[in-house]
Amino acid sequence: MISFTVNGQPARVEVEADKPLLWVLREDLAIVGPKFGCGVAACGACTVHVDGEAVRSCSVAVAGVAGKTVTTIEGLARGSATTLHAVQKAWIEQQVPQCGYCQPGFIMATAALLKANAKPTDKDIDEALSNICRCGTYGAIRRAVHRAASLLAGGS
Amino acid sequence: MKLTRRKAIIGGIIAGGVLGVGFWFARERDRLGHRTLFRVGPEEAGLNGWIKIKRDDTVVVAVPRAEMGQGVQTALAALAAEEMDARWDQVRVDDPPEHVVYRNVEILIDGLPFSPEESGAMVDMAHWAAGKFGGVLGVLATGGSTSVRDAWIPMRTAGAVARDLLLRAASRKSGVPVGELVVSDGEVRRKDGGRVARFGELLDQIEHLSAMPAPPLKKPSEFKLIGKPLPRLDIPAKVTGAATFGVDVRRPGLVYAAVMNAPTFGGAASGFTVKGSLPKGVEKIVVVPGGVAAIGSSWWRANKLLAEGIDVQWQAGPEPKLDSAGLWRRYEALLQDGKPALTRTRGTEPKPATTRPFEATYRAPYLAHTTMEPMNCTALVAERDGGKTVEIWMPNQSPTLMRLIAAKTADVAQADVTVHTTFLGGGFGRRAEVDLVRQAVTCALAMPGRPVQVLWSREEDIRHDYYRPMALARWRAELDTSGVAPKLVSVAKRQVAQSPTDQFPARTIGLPTQGKPEGNAVENPPYDFPYYRLDAIVAEGAVPVGFWRSVGHSHTAFFDESFVDELAHALKQDAVAFRRALLAGKPRHLKVLETVMRESGWGRPLPSGSGRGVALRASFGSIVAQVAEVAVANNALQVKRVTCAVDCGPVVNPAIVRAQMESGIVYGLSAALYGEITLADGAVEQSNFTDYDAVRLADAPAIDVHLVDSGSAIVGGIGEPGTPPIAPAVANAVFAATGKRLRSLPLKLV
Repeated sequence: MISFTVNGQPARVEVEADKPLLWVLREDLAIVGPKFGCGVAACGACTVHVDGEAVRSCSVAVAGVAGKTVTTIEGLARGSATTLHAVQKAWIEQQVPQCGYCQPGFIMATAALLKANAKPTDKDIDEALSNICRCGTYGAIRRAVHRAASLLAGGS
Repeated sequence: MKLTRRKAIIGGIIAGGVLGVGFWFARERDRLGHRTLFRVGPEEAGLNGWIKIKRDDTVVVAVPRAEMGQGVQTALAALAAEEMDARWDQVRVDDPPEHVVYRNVEILIDGLPFSPEESGAMVDMAHWAAGKFGGVLGVLATGGSTSVRDAWIPMRTAGAVARDLLLRAASRKSGVPVGELVVSDGEVRRKDGGRVARFGELLDQIEHLSAMPAPPLKKPSEFKLIGKPLPRLDIPAKVTGAATFGVDVRRPGLVYAAVMNAPTFGGAASGFTVKGSLPKGVEKIVVVPGGVAAIGSSWWRANKLLAEGIDVQWQAGPEPKLDSAGLWRRYEALLQDGKPALTRTRGTEPKPATTRPFEATYRAPYLAHTTMEPMNCTALVAERDGGKTVEIWMPNQSPTLMRLIAAKTADVAQADVTVHTTFLGGGFGRRAEVDLVRQAVTCALAMPGRPVQVLWSREEDIRHDYYRPMALARWRAELDTSGVAPKLVSVAKRQVAQSPTDQFPARTIGLPTQGKPEGNAVENPPYDFPYYRLDAIVAEGAVPVGFWRSVGHSHTAFFDESFVDELAHALKQDAVAFRRALLAGKPRHLKVLETVMRESGWGRPLPSGSGRGVALRASFGSIVAQVAEVAVANNALQVKRVTCAVDCGPVVNPAIVRAQMESGIVYGLSAALYGEITLADGAVEQSNFTDYDAVRLADAPAIDVHLVDSGSAIVGGIGEPGTPPIAPAVANAVFAATGKRLRSLPLKLV
């Protein structure tokens, strides 16, 4: 039995210790916001936060998150049921998603980046967000990251 | 020869109806649809097959096209909302049931192998026949950048008819004559502005009225929503994780299936042996078309079992030893001696003069699609009254086809199959294919009463795609060297590729192949050459090829625009000036080219090691020109910025048009810089994003899109036309920067 916290709720799962966190979330906990894209940590679609840090959940064994706190796209705006996280707001404002499949990963990676670096440069963004978007929303993502930074800094 | 071939194509369309899809006799004289058609529930009233209103004033618009990121839900809903004068914030979309009124006629017309400039009785007849049979066949499909082109009149008509019905309902309720009423801002008002009724207050009146013939549609000057950057309807769900893609379908009793496909193309599994007993999480192994599937409560466990715990006896495909070098040799032989399936000439063949040839050969590799959402399909086979029903949940580009294949696979009537189309995590043509529905229904037959979600790993996706064809082309120009400056006398191209339009109907509905090239691959360049000749040779082979964003335009634009650039250089002319001179009779193309020149700063000096390249391609009814600016240092190529100009005729949503241009450019750039599928021992060598990479933020250029309004009233497509010009624009920029001419994709400096 492996226990951890997901989006503020306790989770207890009886699975193989080496089962990736992504598949525990999707198959055992019915949390499908984190997406399967490559299975080898190359695309970032499965990005979630573990104790506040962005990780690629397809390549993290669930045993490694025992006792830790996991946040997925579904829990990003937790605590404010009617509103969205600043990154999500910026994503809507800049009309970022196209097919949208990779966006939970980008949003989670961005939220972690902005926690560590409140005012990232384009270069910081390029380095922190190495996820893949096959629809090519990169220009809109850059704009939205800056916009989210400004929203978090109290801008309107 | 030509006539015979074209007749054969039309014959093929007719045969498609008889052999494969079956006839729906389209008794409807139009595409409006009855107002009970669109799953009208309590507290709702249908206004026609496309629009219903709810008691809370919500307007629900039927969007029978796949949302794969191209913004089709938003664009199509805006067409209906415009004519009915709905408020954008009251508009929602929903999937209608499968019905002939929702057919995509344009996709069949667009699939004909004619160049847009071609006209004449035969072309007209083919267009008429495709429209006619498109109606009969009732194809629900999304592709070929056709959705807005197809919906432009029918969905606006639906909106206009709805508005008329609302006005008459409000008149009936209030006693105010119809002539004194208008719909404005999502409610019915008196012409002087006073509210008469909200939409939701008219539900009961509408029941008593019948739809009248469509009133005249608005003039473009009257548009309030069309032409505005309306916010996309699908975005809120896509930032919260709430959007349901195919992989997110969760049904009671759901099990998952992982698949291992036969290593060589066309191969199959003849049997398997499990090493030891099945582990927890895996219930059953079944042979499926093209491979084996492991089914159980954990996809991860099932996939691991396929990789490590099972021996499969494989039957090899027809070319188990195929490798890339051998394929290129085969193509080179065809380029030399192959019999053209299509020959096209324009202009008068010049008499022999003092000429010298100028020749160049270009190559493009196979490409995979790598949609972000790996391939998947969920199927449920249930017993009912001694028979079976099939339910499908699938991110797909053609529910009509999926239903047909599901019915055939389960041996039930099509009426016993329901197909739900989820959001598509990318499509790019890959999701028009039927391999996943075949496998999912096969698994579901083995697990009666349990929904089975078949999901492929990324490795299966890359190794078992329907690839953008590899292609080889040789351009040859004759230059008259008798005068002071060399002069262009003629150009001719021989081009070799497999044909997706030949393979697709064969592998999906069993039509005989006709040996015809794919239409997009053989579209003529727009230039008014003194003499032009095209010989298109169709290659055979075991590698399955399919539709890939812009399909043949993606390689042909590279061949054509690279050669035009080389030709300009050989004739010692500026690349843009040379093109302009050959586009004298094409004002729309010229305007697009001039816009991209101006906006890119064409001709302005750049630092050493940098260069600009231009390319122009008309595709899917739209004209796109791009200028790429590159920097080359230490044999590393960086695409710094791309300037893009597009004329797509009337613009429904400028924000979506810009986004689609950016998207098409990045997709094409990933292919131009990294995309290459190679073969060894009959199998694909690449496996994941680690060796089949895509452009990421760090190498994404700044992109600047300019919409060109030439006053054309003809709607062009927008999902694909951004892709073709980018590869040649970058290659031409590399030449400008380094003097090095790259004639093979992907572009490699060393």
